[in-house]
Amino acid sequence: MTTMDLHPASIENVPQPDFSKPLPSREGDRVIQFREALREAMSHEMRQDERVFLIGEEVAQYNGAYKVSQGMLDEFGPKRIIDSPISENGFAGMCTGAAMAGLRPIVEFMSWSFSLVAADPILNNVPKMLYMSGGQFGCPIVLRGNDGAGGQLGSTHSWCVEGLFANVPGMKMAIPSNPYDAKGLLATAIADPDPIFFLESERMLGDKAHVPEEQYYIPFGKARLAREGDACTLVSFGRPVNFCLEAAEKLAEEGIEVDVLDMRTIRPLDIESIIESVKKTNRIIVVDQSWPFAGISSEVITQVCERCFDWLDHQPVRVNTEDVPTPYAKGLEYAYLPNPERIADAVRNILP
Amino acid sequence: MTQAATANKGNSKPRLSDELSNDTLLGWLRSMQLIREFETRTMQAYQQAKIGGFCHIYTGQEACAVGTIGSVNHDDPVVLAYRDHGHALARGMDPKACMAEMYGKAAGCAKGKGGSMHMFDKPNHLYGGHGIVGAQTPLGTGLAFAARYEWEVLGTGSKKVCLCYLGDGAIDQGAFFEAMNLAALYSLPVIYIIENNGYSMGTAIHRHSANSENLLARGQAFDMKSVKIDGLDILNVYDQFKPLVDECRDLQRPAFVDFKTYRYQGHSMSDPQKYRTKDEVDEFKAKDSIANLLDHLMNERECIDEDSWKAMRKELAAIVRESVEFSENAADPEPGELYTDVYANPQPNLSPTAEYRHGAKNPLL
Ligand SMILES: Cc1ncc(C[n+]2csc(CCOP(=O)(O)OP(=O)(O)O)c2C)c(N)n1
Ligand SMILES: [Mg+2]
Repeated sequence: MTTMDLHPASIENVPQPDFSKPLPSREGDRVIQFREALREAMSHEMRQDERVFLIGEEVAQYNGAYKVSQGMLDEFGPKRIIDSPISENGFAGMCTGAAMAGLRPIVEFMSWSFSLVAADPILNNVPKMLYMSGGQFGCPIVLRGNDGAGGQLGSTHSWCVEGLFANVPGMKMAIPSNPYDAKGLLATAIADPDPIFFLESERMLGDKAHVPEEQYYIPFGKARLAREGDACTLVSFGRPVNFCLEAAEKLAEEGIEVDVLDMRTIRPLDIESIIESVKKTNRIIVVDQSWPFAGISSEVITQVCERCFDWLDHQPVRVNTEDVPTPYAKGLEYAYLPNPERIADAVRNILP
Repeated sequence: MTQAATANKGNSKPRLSDELSNDTLLGWLRSMQLIREFETRTMQAYQQAKIGGFCHIYTGQEACAVGTIGSVNHDDPVVLAYRDHGHALARGMDPKACMAEMYGKAAGCAKGKGGSMHMFDKPNHLYGGHGIVGAQTPLGTGLAFAARYEWEVLGTGSKKVCLCYLGDGAIDQGAFFEAMNLAALYSLPVIYIIENNGYSMGTAIHRHSANSENLLARGQAFDMKSVKIDGLDILNVYDQFKPLVDECRDLQRPAFVDFKTYRYQGHSMSDPQKYRTKDEVDEFKAKDSIANLLDHLMNERECIDEDSWKAMRKELAAIVRESVEFSENAADPEPGELYTDVYANPQPNLSPTAEYRHGAKNPLL
């Protein structure tokens, strides 16, 4: 196939996965790490589609700063697994151009914190290209990397960009919380003709779970009910989903059962599943690892108020990171982040 | 016989560094050895998980911080990247404040809020270590802008020169090109010191930067005086760097330095270093800058002997050990410090979650 024969700006020309197919089982004994799940999704898509390539700092010869791309240079060679200089603005912009021309770049930011250097291409060009070209040029690009605090990296290296970036129409955002979803969501991200902001977490890359060998595609905009209960709805995404599950475990010992909704994608946001749960529990807590001011938690709560205000028996509550730059000191950083204790307390406080 | 003459024993060509007194050079030796000892302890503390986050060791590059900072005045501003413990110590930061910062203690230079990558020291005119690669380069331009403004417009300061350090990896950032253009365009007294240790994390310079054999061309493109300095010999650093400082100060204009150096440790504490050979590391260790200076002071200037060198090392080891003990026993930041130092003018309703407050006084102030 020639590389330029598909028009990236139109879904008609981009074969989409069959989302009606049931997803493979989450249960099984093929246990791999989160980072391997990401690698499998990328490698599979790269085998299917020669237009897909991976670029980023240390992705090739070093085998990935966090070993996500380990071995990929050996399989795909230096023309498709490309080491970049520390020039985020440059290589993100370069990939924007390459995507306009029909290629399917995967851009790895060592950390989303470093993507701020590339703010202009990724916020001002990537999500707007289709619109401002009147539908002529799409931007089928996947921007991925580590998001979020949690390793004492201090103020500049601990960004949770979801609140900041999801504000921009034209982009889609996926935030997996576990290895199974990481693979299925990244596969979908690469296949999608729109720009995808894919947020991983360095803290989770070593997490292990069963991940099927075959490639599967988790549809965007479909939340996963990770745990069922009727006392309260916990809505979260990414790493804090795991904190919610820990909190739920503790609360269960006290006889409190909660719904935990793992949103998987923020844009599209599966508001229907949230409403369905709220109609059952009449209480909602949003757990969001980004800042509270004008963030994802504010957005979810606004939509809930707009759509099912009458079903609420308590004002909506949110658990965010504290509203300050990320501190370095271990104790301060722990207090800064949403954690299972804070979540469990929020649940206890919201109950009648 | 003058000291300058004795200093040059066995070396026919006079050097600028000949004019440095024995005391100055013994001070530099001390400073370099302090950094080396400090970094050894830092690594230990990191391995014991007393220090967290990213931690970048300066060992091998000591002659850069000590030689360049030794060539400027105390009130000349300094700004740098995240590999910053060495410069902080060379600038005069109390090792206790430096170590306590990495321990995340309230007595640290940033009250435990910054960590290894953020050594700030206002009394020592150190405007911070900065974690985003290249971010400090426009800041350096800005410090030079302020210095020139102070001297020229406000009429309150003397002519200063800003030292702005960056790694070879940082030269690829767009911000650096903009910073250089501004400095040249506005004729600002800033010296960009590229600590060229040959690697950007695991990427050798020829793999990350085009025409990397000729970095000076980049400074020259902006009509900046651009100099390559062998940074393993601190006397040579002074010989080449001091005249550059004088010129930049005098003419109030920028300069560019390709400073050849080498780091002995991995990029950070979690680097398996598969991208270089042990032989290569050993080759540089054989040209070690501390050993070099010691040799000069022992055998040419004859101002230190084995016994006093041993005593000096012992004393420095004790100072560093004290900084570790101090940090071990120092208090954690108060939980309430989370919401301090966010605003200089904290007003009500800035946040939906809590009110911001003024923080405890910084231990360095
Ligand atoms: C904008 C940005 N991108 C990536 C990083 C991650 N990173 C930190 S240091 C580094 C290598 C920098 O090397 P160099 O500038 O040569 O300095 P050295 O570590 O050798 O002192 C990288 C890629 C970062 N901190 N900031
Ligand atoms: Mg370097």
